[in-house]
Amino acid sequence: MSDSRIATTSDLGVLATLRRGVQISPQIVQGLWLTLALAVLAAAGRVVVPLAVQQTIDEGILADGGPEPTRVALLSTVAAGAIILAGLCTAVVNVRLFRSTEAGLAALRVKAFRHVHDLSTLSQGSERRGALVSRVTNDVDTISMFVQWGGIMLMVSTLQVGVATVLMAVYSPALTVVVWLCFVPLFLVIRLAQRAVGRRFTVVREKVGAMLGAVSEAVVGAETVRAYGVADRTGRRIDGAIEDTRRAQGRAQVLVGVVFSSGTLLANLVLAVVVVVGSYLGIGGGLTAGQLVAFLFLVQLFTGPVQMATEILNELQNAVAGWRRVIAVVDTPIDVEDADGRSGAAASPRGDARVTLRGVHYSYPGGPEVLHGIDLELPARKKVAVVGQTGSGKTTIAKLVARLMDPSAGRVELDGVDLRDIPLRRLRERVVLVPQEGFLFDGTIASNVAYGLRDLPAEGAVDHEVRERVAAAFAALGLTEWVADLPDGLDTDVGQRGEALSAGERQLVAVARAYLAAPDLLVLDEATSAVDPATEVRIARALDALTSGRSTITIAHRLSTAEASDLVVVVDDGHVVEAGPHLELAAAGGVYARMHASWVAQTR
Amino acid sequence: MPEPARPAALSGSRLRRGTVLVWRGMRTEPRLYVLAVLASAVFGAATVAVSRAVGWATDAVVVPALAGDEAARADIWLAGGVLATVALTLALSVAGRRIWAGWGVVGIQADHRRGVTRQYLRLPLSWHRAHPTGQLLSNASADVEAATGVFNPLPFALGVVVMILVATGMLFSVDPWLALAALVVIPAAIAANVVFQRYMSPAVTRAQQLRAEVADVAHESFEAALLVKSLGTADREEARFARRTDELRAANVRAGRIRAVFDPVIELLPNLGTLLVLGVGTVRAASGAVEVGDVVTAAYLLTMMAVPVRAFGWVLGEIPRALVGYDRISRVLDAQGEIEVGDGVLPAGGTGIGVRLEDVGVDVPSAGRTATLLDGIDVEVAPGATVAVVGPTGAGKTTLVSLLSRLSDPTRGRVLLDGVDVRDLAAGQVPAQVAYVAQNTFVFEDTVRANVTLADEVSDAVDEGVWEALRLARVDDVVRALPEGLDAPLGERGANLSGGQRQRLAIARALVRRPRLLVLDDATSAVDPRVEQEILAGLAADAVGTGRPVTVVMVAYRMSSVSMSDVVVHLEGGRVVDTGRHDELLARDAGYRDLATAYEVETARRERELVDERAAGEDVHEPWDDDEEGAR
Repeated sequence: MSDSRIATTSDLGVLATLRRGVQISPQIVQGLWLTLALAVLAAAGRVVVPLAVQQTIDEGILADGGPEPTRVALLSTVAAGAIILAGLCTAVVNVRLFRSTEAGLAALRVKAFRHVHDLSTLSQGSERRGALVSRVTNDVDTISMFVQWGGIMLMVSTLQVGVATVLMAVYSPALTVVVWLCFVPLFLVIRLAQRAVGRRFTVVREKVGAMLGAVSEAVVGAETVRAYGVADRTGRRIDGAIEDTRRAQGRAQVLVGVVFSSGTLLANLVLAVVVVVGSYLGIGGGLTAGQLVAFLFLVQLFTGPVQMATEILNELQNAVAGWRRVIAVVDTPIDVEDADGRSGAAASPRGDARVTLRGVHYSYPGGPEVLHGIDLELPARKKVAVVGQTGSGKTTIAKLVARLMDPSAGRVELDGVDLRDIPLRRLRERVVLVPQEGFLFDGTIASNVAYGLRDLPAEGAVDHEVRERVAAAFAALGLTEWVADLPDGLDTDVGQRGEALSAGERQLVAVARAYLAAPDLLVLDEATSAVDPATEVRIARALDALTSGRSTITIAHRLSTAEASDLVVVVDDGHVVEAGPHLELAAAGGVYARMHASWVAQTR
Repeated sequence: MPEPARPAALSGSRLRRGTVLVWRGMRTEPRLYVLAVLASAVFGAATVAVSRAVGWATDAVVVPALAGDEAARADIWLAGGVLATVALTLALSVAGRRIWAGWGVVGIQADHRRGVTRQYLRLPLSWHRAHPTGQLLSNASADVEAATGVFNPLPFALGVVVMILVATGMLFSVDPWLALAALVVIPAAIAANVVFQRYMSPAVTRAQQLRAEVADVAHESFEAALLVKSLGTADREEARFARRTDELRAANVRAGRIRAVFDPVIELLPNLGTLLVLGVGTVRAASGAVEVGDVVTAAYLLTMMAVPVRAFGWVLGEIPRALVGYDRISRVLDAQGEIEVGDGVLPAGGTGIGVRLEDVGVDVPSAGRTATLLDGIDVEVAPGATVAVVGPTGAGKTTLVSLLSRLSDPTRGRVLLDGVDVRDLAAGQVPAQVAYVAQNTFVFEDTVRANVTLADEVSDAVDEGVWEALRLARVDDVVRALPEGLDAPLGERGANLSGGQRQRLAIARALVRRPRLLVLDDATSAVDPRVEQEILAGLAADAVGTGRPVTVVMVAYRMSSVSMSDVVVHLEGGRVVDTGRHDELLARDAGYRDLATAYEVETARRERELVDERAAGEDVHEPWDDDEEGAR
């Protein structure tokens, strides 16, 4: 079996990450060359002012024949025109970059989102839900933020420093070297210091995480806190965590302040160096007063980028890290592969569903084997109950039949065709699994049940016709009365994850939803474990009638289901130990007979 | 804690609310903000000083020295020294401003967080139920950050005011025309920033909101992953997500476009100002009113002020976001509805608590009207009795039993423990003697021991009690198998227990406090029936380790457990249908009989059907076969 875990991050290098990222969202580099060309023009606008200062001093104020206002006025006008033009270029560059990257990132989000759904339940389970959400939200946002702010800044800064250096070199190569010699060590020192800042912020994030954990105890655990009167202790724990967070943030702020201000210090010290070195150079005739002053202005063009560079590089690192995490999702192999479009894909027409397991072994990744060679023939249009102790492997059988995962060895067949050869779209139409914890969307009962409809209109608009069908489903399941007793009937809000309903009520909605999906084979995995006995019996009886023509496989603790089935399969420790009609097994004096006797004792 | 006299919520115009917000925040950390604003003022003055020093060095050193002036040549190092000194002052003021301002922000954040979480612990459960978990968590995180974002650039902006004042004074002392040329763009630059933020804030807010929506869709969809897979609805989910994502993309591009237009404008203005200074400066130099150095000073000042003047924009831009964040926080801070307590005391006597519910009714608001969950409930439970509450799904069983531990109060009627209305009992009385075990167990991120005791104390005596409770809850073996035993961490980052193990842990949590009333709300649903029997039998025999009988009220489905109780309360549609012993109800309550004998009856019915079929002949042709043929 392949390793089905979703990697925390991809192990691609920076360049490989960018390459793979662009490969996934090619929109990002659309028209990049034109954008770059415009960016060079935009950056050229940055040196217009220093150039104008030099010209004004040397050719205007200190001109040989005394100040020349007309000349300077003309010069200023031309310079103004140039910077306005450069400004226009900047605007166009920004818009082009935003458009292309946002298009690319939107595509990346959707691709990663879809991939998560295409992964097997095992892969999905290898990562916390919240963490998966942040792969398609926060992680993509960091890339977007970087492009919106850092990316443009990085590009403009690099070009700005480049153009400034060129102009400086024209004035005085020697002084240019001096300026560079000052800034390079500054850059390196800030870079090192920034690592330390990064470490402090890692601590901050840990503390914030711990604090949110403590706060969530007061929120999620409110009932327990109240019932046991432990509000004071919980409050102390939260206050401690808040204080820890504040301290860690405070310590990080100190370092940030020191690093940032030392950047300011060194950048302004360079002014002193330029004045001193430049004056000596000027005395030697290598530099005019205007050129020297222009240097002071040009040095300003260095300060911003060098100070920002570390922040930008950090953002870049964050963006690359975010990109890696998203790529890790997109590049996680799908271990339950879709046969759709593959040669050898079977048509698997709708109709009777006969399931066969041939020598099926299964072990969860990294775990011991839980099924040791299951051979089973589950005939079409029959009700099959699979029973066994907790941990016997009965739920695993249900998951394999619904192809939530593939067997480690052996085959699971539907109408004689290996499940792996049936296009998933078709398989999901034919086989529907209802798990114990049926998920409900935040919405009404009607919208949740309607979700099962194959021909549901987009965004789940529940119109009159859909409502009728939902109502009919409840009627068919004998649940009309239950619906009528709800505060708003079919329009009752179920709350987030259905929390406004009890566990049993959620199960009723989930069963109705699966019923509307009308599969050929319904797999019920403890799907009515939390409803009261009378309702359970009512549903079971309704399903009896409804599932005529359909096959059902029921995994159940409550043996009432087994009593009502055509075939009982008893699973024990990964083996099928008994199989046959209920009455036969109950009389056989084996495992099932014992289970049944104990069940009867519990219910009377 | 909010002072009752003054609500946390702000009122009035946006400007007024913004000002009050800022003022209140600074008052939270007065010392830090005095220091931060002072440092920022020094920064403002030092910035002007740098430009003045550059201009002075030009006039006094650079120009004459390059012209061959020997005296000026000797001053080159002096110029360097002056510039270095000013640079040092500037850097120190920047460090002070950033550090103190940063401390101020985290201080205000901590203050908000303490206030909000105090309320979470104080407000009743009905308030908790009315607010989604995610919202409450973000009140303490994202909203606090939003509400305090404005305090980051605030001292900076105040320092810029000083900078502008000093610059104005300095420039006018040099030459009024040069001063006017330099200062004319400052109001324009500030105005451009303000207009920019006015456009930008709604665009950013919209993008932020869509980001949250995208996250909501992703969250819900991923939580529904199994459902999506099992129904094969990934296409539908993708379309839903793609729609939101595209809206977010459009919003981001829109925000980007605004920035794309304003960024160059804001950058342009100081540069145009510099060019104006050069033009005017040359004219004034021609008339001998100013020197080169004065022009350089004015021009350099504009270059240095390009970033600081943006600070006003940052502050104004953060204010709408801060107001929204603060509004959300203040809704929590101002929430009313403290649980009122009296001064009554429960006797610590040796028997279980006697429980009486008198004409109890519970209404909850639902979609604009009220829904009645319980009505006219009259129940009496003798001290030490075991009572089972039985009823169909949705009958109101949980609502009923949660009244006993005062997780909520009835809308009508009274709940009496040992004859005292629970509302008259002093704080802490109910939790001390009533232990409630819910359907779902909340596990704290803590050790096994702390999860049972919910206290910090560690001693041999405590451990003894914990082990005893674990034993009674039949979960001691599980804990013993953990490598760290009672010290093993639990929760998301610790060991994960199965559903049944968690429920048993919750029972141990209840038993360790030796309650006189134990409320089990379907608390053993995931526990193996045999183990459930053992636990209940153990409770009866051991009577919670003291030999005294404990009153037990339990919601249960399993008839084996129900039949062990002294009294059964049959609840349906929020009303008590009948009360009595299991066999009594079986005999006289038809609804109860249906519920209690559902399986039996069903088994019998099937057996009868089978017999009938057999009797009908050897043609054992299941009925659905015919149906099926008819349907096709």
